Amino acid sequence: MRELSLNVLDIAQNSVRAEASLIKIELIENTKTKTLKISVSDDGKGMTAEQLLKVKDPFFTTRTTRKVGMGIPLFRMAAEMTGGSFDIESTPGAGTKTTAVFRTDHLDFTPIGDMCSTVITLVTMNLHIDFVYVRQVDDKSFTVDTRQLKEILGDVPLNEPSITAWLKDYITENTKQFTEV
Amino acid sequence: MKTLEELMALRDAAKANLTARDDSTELTRVVVGMATCGIAAGARPVMNKFVEETAKRNLTNVTIAQTGCIGMCQYEPIAEVMVPGKEKVTYVQLTEEKVARIVVDHLVNGNPVVEYTVGAIAK
Repeated sequence: MRELSLNVLDIAQNSVRAEASLIKIELIENTKTKTLKISVSDDGKGMTAEQLLKVKDPFFTTRTTRKVGMGIPLFRMAAEMTGGSFDIESTPGAGTKTTAVFRTDHLDFTPIGDMCSTVITLVTMNLHIDFVYVRQVDDKSFTVDTRQLKEILGDVPLNEPSITAWLKDYITENTKQFTEV
Repeated sequence: MKTLEELMALRDAAKANLTARDDSTELTRVVVGMATCGIAAGARPVMNKFVEETAKRNLTNVTIAQTGCIGMCQYEPIAEVMVPGKEKVTYVQLTEEKVARIVVDHLVNGNPVVEYTVGAIAK
């Protein structure tokens, strides 16, 4: 993957398929310790201890269209090659949380890329699921919660073009003030 | 800076627009493969281009959706176009430029872009 935001989109698709109703995506950066923590958590159907063991193996997948599942192994590799760490916690019936820690000063650190586009894609393609997106750099942070947006919007969907355009600008403007150096 | 107050104004404008929509026509479906293979090959900008172009042309009879792995990972990004009453058309190795042409030729004018289809490329 060329950008971490694409890994995030891919990992969040697992939550979509796990029938989650709420998916939380957090990117927490610490410029002093030079670390970035990315976590994707959901309230979907979760995995058993046995599945959890297999899930980091590229030759394990529940799909039938092909025999390999590269999503989690790729995300894990992106974190571990920077000297970071990777972890998945899951409880059947309660949900899954995937966490990757990256060393941002490592040569092999993949750029975060266009997170706004990832969030927009997830939100507009899964109108029945709620998303919370948190972007934090040191003590500054921005959160968008689709539950709050849907309360304002009533029966106007988030994929209505004028609303999607607003959301794109809302995320971009509110995050760039502290993510751009 | 964009604020939540602006969203309320947009909602009211969008509401008026929604009720004016004609629901009698059957929907054309565009489905983009968004599994790991698709995403790694560039499905995100492809999907966004479909959304953008159909919105720009006000094609309210077209819905854009995502699906998992279609099973031909080497031909990703893939999109399937399903026009009611017509055979499904599978487009492969898509780019934003190809999407722009598919929207005009296929979705607006009803002529599939044969050279971008799986039949033309997978030889």
